[in-house]
Amino acid sequence: MNQQHLTIAQATLLEPTGLSAEHLNQLMQKLTNVNGSDFADLYFQYSKNESWSLDEGQVKTGSFNIDQGVGLRSIVGEKTAFAYSEDLNLSAILTAADVVSAIGRQGQDVQAKNIWRPQGIKPLYSELDPIASLDDASKVAILEQADRAARDSDPRVKEVMASLSGVYEVVLIVTSDGRQVPDVRPLVRLSVSVIVEQNGKRERGSSGGGGRFGFDYFDSSMIEHYSNEAVRQALVNLEAVDSPAGTMEVVLGNGWPGILLHEAVGHGLEGDFNRKGTSAFSGRIGEKVASELCTIVDDGTIADRRGSLSVDDEGNQTQNTVLIEKGILKGYMQDEHNARLMGMNVTGNGRRESFAHLPMPRMTNTYMHAGEHDPEEIIKSVKKGLYAVNFGGGQVDITSGKFVFSSSEAYLIEDGKITAPVKGATLIGNGPEAMQTISMVGNDMSLDPGVGVCGKDGQSVPVGVGQPTLKMDALTVGGVQL
Amino acid sequence: MSELNLAKAAEFAIDYAKKKGIDQSEVSLHLGTGISIAARQQELETVEKHNDAQFVISLYKDHKTGSASSADMSEQGIRNTVDAAISIATYTGADPCFGLADADRMATQKKDLELYHAWNADEAEMLGIAMRCEQAALESSDLITNSEGASVNSYSGSDVYANSHGFLSQSRASQHSISCSVIGSNGDGMQRDYWYHSSRNAATLDSPEEIGLVAAKRTVALLGSRQIPSCQATVMYDSATAKSLISHLIGAIKGGAIYKKASFMLDKVGQEVVPGFMTIAENPHKLGGFNSAWHDGEGVVTPDYRAIVDGGRLQSYILGSYTARKLGLESTANAGGVRNLSVSNTGQTTEQLLSDMGTGLLVTELIGSGINMVTGDYSRGAAGFWVENGEIQYPVEEITVAGNLIDMYRNIVAIGDDYDNRSNTECGSIVIENMTIAGS
Repeated sequence: MNQQHLTIAQATLLEPTGLSAEHLNQLMQKLTNVNGSDFADLYFQYSKNESWSLDEGQVKTGSFNIDQGVGLRSIVGEKTAFAYSEDLNLSAILTAADVVSAIGRQGQDVQAKNIWRPQGIKPLYSELDPIASLDDASKVAILEQADRAARDSDPRVKEVMASLSGVYEVVLIVTSDGRQVPDVRPLVRLSVSVIVEQNGKRERGSSGGGGRFGFDYFDSSMIEHYSNEAVRQALVNLEAVDSPAGTMEVVLGNGWPGILLHEAVGHGLEGDFNRKGTSAFSGRIGEKVASELCTIVDDGTIADRRGSLSVDDEGNQTQNTVLIEKGILKGYMQDEHNARLMGMNVTGNGRRESFAHLPMPRMTNTYMHAGEHDPEEIIKSVKKGLYAVNFGGGQVDITSGKFVFSSSEAYLIEDGKITAPVKGATLIGNGPEAMQTISMVGNDMSLDPGVGVCGKDGQSVPVGVGQPTLKMDALTVGGVQL
Repeated sequence: MSELNLAKAAEFAIDYAKKKGIDQSEVSLHLGTGISIAARQQELETVEKHNDAQFVISLYKDHKTGSASSADMSEQGIRNTVDAAISIATYTGADPCFGLADADRMATQKKDLELYHAWNADEAEMLGIAMRCEQAALESSDLITNSEGASVNSYSGSDVYANSHGFLSQSRASQHSISCSVIGSNGDGMQRDYWYHSSRNAATLDSPEEIGLVAAKRTVALLGSRQIPSCQATVMYDSATAKSLISHLIGAIKGGAIYKKASFMLDKVGQEVVPGFMTIAENPHKLGGFNSAWHDGEGVVTPDYRAIVDGGRLQSYILGSYTARKLGLESTANAGGVRNLSVSNTGQTTEQLLSDMGTGLLVTELIGSGINMVTGDYSRGAAGFWVENGEIQYPVEEITVAGNLIDMYRNIVAIGDDYDNRSNTECGSIVIENMTIAGS
């Protein structure tokens, strides 16, 4: 982070209401003036969000939202007190600070000195405001082009729904251990979905992408790519036969199917669940929890990615954290609170939906390193199974380890060949067991196109996933064909 | 900002839009405060105070629309937000169907639906309730070995909706809840389940001990879960999971899905979509209901009662003014969704349903979202119990239940009288024949 980030953060969050360094110290004193205070922070946030959506060939609706506020948190041992204020005037924030500091008995003064230190953190994305980076007429034109491209690509396209959204966020994190960390975060996303019809039968397909940059990422070829991809997927599904039901060999494509790792492994390795001993992975560091072909990381440091952050929402630099190395469980994803209680290091995974939510350990970009197999070799090795290349959402019960993810494009594999497309089905497994059945890993690692949203405790944050093509020897496929 | 000021802010926004040459506009304002207290392992874990404000304006100019929102309800904040919405409406496309709901449909009879019940418990009292709830769960069985804790939440808010027809409504509402989630283990694995109760009136909440005990009982019952072989079987959704089937049906008949032809329920009005013994109705004026309102999200008067499905036949789609105009129909006063659904039953208790089913799967938990709303193809992760001779045999997990919703609705054979009244949909257990279960 550089001086420019701090200048933007101060100008956006502090100067309009005349908040000074002294005021911040006064607030921090209140938060830490509690017996046994371990940690406290102030999270100032300004967030601007714009979105446009198209159907019936027309951009019909657009919306614009501005939110700002400050979240105040104080931690004593395992206890957390939290309040927030949408009003950035000192008196309003002081009122919120009184609420928070009421958590513990009054104690001694903790002298907090919030001095800006550059800390040498290199920003991973530009500090541009994507919403201001393109005029509204051009944003509308992006959606109109997506519509045209989809309709032009096949006469069976009956409806195109597309949406474009941009977010510009400025944060300033002030912590009781003396850090004052700014970040400026752009985020854009384009989604295209289509309905196709043939002989009275209808199907859907969808595609999209985005990341932490401006709308210029969506150039003509990218827009066409999304539209063609949505149409291709819908047309494949028009031909789909019933999906098989039962436990079988499953090959997952590269990229977005990495949602497997997010559900089967990722959530179960978040620090809070492991501190409390509620995860199927609790207490298993050093144990073999996946096949030796699996090395899985959570990496918040990839430039411009949707799931990346230069610093997390607690002001800590993100990092590339090895979760599983050659099948052995190496570590958890941590925020300040859980790392302190577990005596571990923070990993830059403290994230929150907004100033009005408490931070907790969350994923950034979670992916598996490439293996040695040619993807074709992997398909060839399967006598009878499923090849799934696109997915909708997933979910996990971190305690029992049961996870699901639902395919939206999949094919049968018969005698080593990809044959008929099959309808979407939910795949279900047990995380630590399913990961042991990974028997082949491809050399084609790729990351998803940048559309992931992760929900936990009612809080949504943008994330990324990735993986090479891989084969699981046994996974339950929830089709209808016995 | 007080309730009175919310109304003033609404009028200020509409006046300002008018001055800017806007034909039609509508605004929603919300102010809310809440507290959440969580206890874990019999200690306070978190105290969260909520304090929310939201101002939203949608406006229409020459059949184009734009909307904008902000928490800033100062006069300057409102002006900025209205200006942002006007700027958006400059670039969106014109559609003659856009606009406020018709003026002659505006509600005129304000009704007190008893949605606001203050709860004067302080933090210490709420913490005590959470601790009692968790304690009841922890002490109920040696098999309960860990806890995610218990929490008590209380929220109340004021809302104003106003539009340029001159319609303005103010309301207050509260929502209070107690929940508990515990973990059991029996040596070969852990299971977690939870229970909660929620009400507008804290005095009608189930006791914390009862909620804790149900959470513990549900958790213990899952211990020893196993996969079953793939098979074709009758599936009974318990009352907590059955309501998801009703919500898929409602989602498929919403006007937006219908006019975009993105639904498996196209052209079904007047046809039998579920068996003739089934009626699904909304009750917008239910006192203290989860989604009660005397007008919808556009000011249109809501009916006391409306059958959406009557005797198995679909009566109408779910429409607001825009989707109604798109389809050449009248609004069904459903801007903002359906209000307090009730599903008829076929008279059996849970035990009778199990006994009538004989052999099959009782689903108590669904996971994932494998539903294709265009085709009705349905495939979801599930957990529950295997039933033989009308009795629960053992817990089941790591399976999926699949079918096509069009067929699944037709294959409903019974609905219990064991209503779950904790949400917008009141429904008993639903028994569906001939579903595919994928397992080992």
